[in-house]
Amino acid sequence: MAENDGNGEDGVRRRDFINIAAVSFAGVGGIAVVLPLVSQMSPSADVLAESSTEVDTSKIEAGQGITAVYRKQPLFVRRLTKKEIDEANAVDISTLRDPETLEQRTKPGHTDMLITMGVCTHLGCVPLGIQSDQNRGPFGGYFCPCHGSAYDTAARIRKGPAPKNLQVPDYVFTSDTVVSVG
Amino acid sequence: MSFPWAREYQPTNGLMKFLDEKLPLPRLVYGAIGAGYPVPRNLSYMWNFGVLAGFCLVLQIVTGVVLAMHYAPNALVAFGTTEHIMRDVNWGWLMRYAHANGASFFFIVVYLHIFRGFFYSSYKAPREMIWLLGVVIFLLMMATAFMGYVLPWGQMSFWGAKVITGLFSAIPVVGEPIQVWLLGGFAPDDAALNRFFSLHFLLPFVIAGVVILHIWALHIPGSSNPTGVEIKDESDTVPFHPYYTAKDGFGLGVFLIAYCVMVFFLPNYLGHPDNYIEANPLATPAHIVPEWYFWPFYAILRSFTVDFFFVPAKLMGVLAMFSAILMWFFLPWLDRSPVRSGHYRPLFRKFFWFGLIPTMAVLFYCGGAPAIEPYVMLSQLATAYYFLHFLVVLPLVSSFEKPEPLPFSITESVLGSDKPALSGE
Repeated sequence: MAENDGNGEDGVRRRDFINIAAVSFAGVGGIAVVLPLVSQMSPSADVLAESSTEVDTSKIEAGQGITAVYRKQPLFVRRLTKKEIDEANAVDISTLRDPETLEQRTKPGHTDMLITMGVCTHLGCVPLGIQSDQNRGPFGGYFCPCHGSAYDTAARIRKGPAPKNLQVPDYVFTSDTVVSVG
Repeated sequence: MSFPWAREYQPTNGLMKFLDEKLPLPRLVYGAIGAGYPVPRNLSYMWNFGVLAGFCLVLQIVTGVVLAMHYAPNALVAFGTTEHIMRDVNWGWLMRYAHANGASFFFIVVYLHIFRGFFYSSYKAPREMIWLLGVVIFLLMMATAFMGYVLPWGQMSFWGAKVITGLFSAIPVVGEPIQVWLLGGFAPDDAALNRFFSLHFLLPFVIAGVVILHIWALHIPGSSNPTGVEIKDESDTVPFHPYYTAKDGFGLGVFLIAYCVMVFFLPNYLGHPDNYIEANPLATPAHIVPEWYFWPFYAILRSFTVDFFFVPAKLMGVLAMFSAILMWFFLPWLDRSPVRSGHYRPLFRKFFWFGLIPTMAVLFYCGGAPAIEPYVMLSQLATAYYFLHFLVVLPLVSSFEKPEPLPFSITESVLGSDKPALSGE
């Protein structure tokens, strides 16, 4: 009898079902409320809309570089000299902290065009060296004055606390000289 | 509150009687910080800092609310409105200097409060919960202070925000999405500035809430005291009011003299000139350091320069910096000596004065210095000792040490004998 009327003390009671159903419903509702509250902190549409940029590389001579702005952060666009390319290629990549070749860090046919974020991978300072009169550090690439990270001519980390090479953003050459980043 | 001889609140007039029946708020205040709270009779000036910290919190909330009336958290105008406060708003310069220096003095007071706790082992049973809540308050203060420093949108504000949120990028896999989520962008900008302002306004009230819990937890066992011997009898205590309201009042006067000297004569001494340059996302200042109260922990962060096994140096630094404070949560169970006060613990006392204090001084100095030798090596040594002190020295000392004899009671430690107090009066 007790099992049939659903109100007995043993087994599954109607009240258990109501409890679980109510808590589940409130739980799903709670998640539905929390989700927008968490997600509103992520980059908004206008911030994301600014997340691509175009750079004209035609005016950059070998040995020179410019600082563009990508996602409100500095973007280093640098045309390497023959000597700098040779220096980068001469390195045995198995000795590197973040092993990558110059080819992997540039686009085919544009191995002299080194495009990286100007953001040190340690704690986000802007390294020196994009202008040829700045301190380029012991490896001739970039040098971060904050904590002494030194990058080589392929912007690979060689010395200091930074864990990674300067980040290469996604980009394509839309013409021979124009680069679309992001 | 917790002692049978605590005086009971007696409403004296009709209004107070009415209030006491409907909402016994005066009774609460009387029992919490009035004559109804019996306090050890031997408290030294090291017991002033709780009240002073409470005063600082009120000071920061009052000046902060005023500043918020004139400030706009928008990257285009934030720097300008800060200067507008300094130059155009009536008494705006006073409000801003009082707030900026108030933050520094809040930290001075809280550091002294914490180190009082270290020396007198105030964290030990039965006061563990007071200590744990205190560490929570300290963490909330650090978050609040960091976000407040971003608001003027100067160079140090911007790069401080970038470096500190950059700490999260050290976490494997989810680190960078977390950083972008925290900032609401790829670098600090409007979104970050707005949310920091919102949270900087909110958190002080959260702190006030935890402070109430902190005081509530304090009133269950009652205040500790310099001997570490618990209260045995009524002769060991005096009422909080007027005895300690007067003593705290004197301490407050000394505090205000030092504070006013800074506000009126050296208002920018603890700041950085670079923060009077508007934020520029394309140029990092040559020497970026956080505010002085973060230096010891910043030194720990920077002291990890080589990878440990599989853990990259950057992640190690971040973990060490957070552990340096989170470790305090375990302090009541790391130091197992039954004796509380450092005055009766010869070995503990030596490690405190010649170990922990110089270590903190070195970390403090190195955190503000550039990341070059010898500062890197010094902060590495100091970081090593810092962790050893809490994780190895304290547990070992508490099992090997032979404490000096404790006085029978607080009264005996004050009067030389407990008898007169018991028979006399």
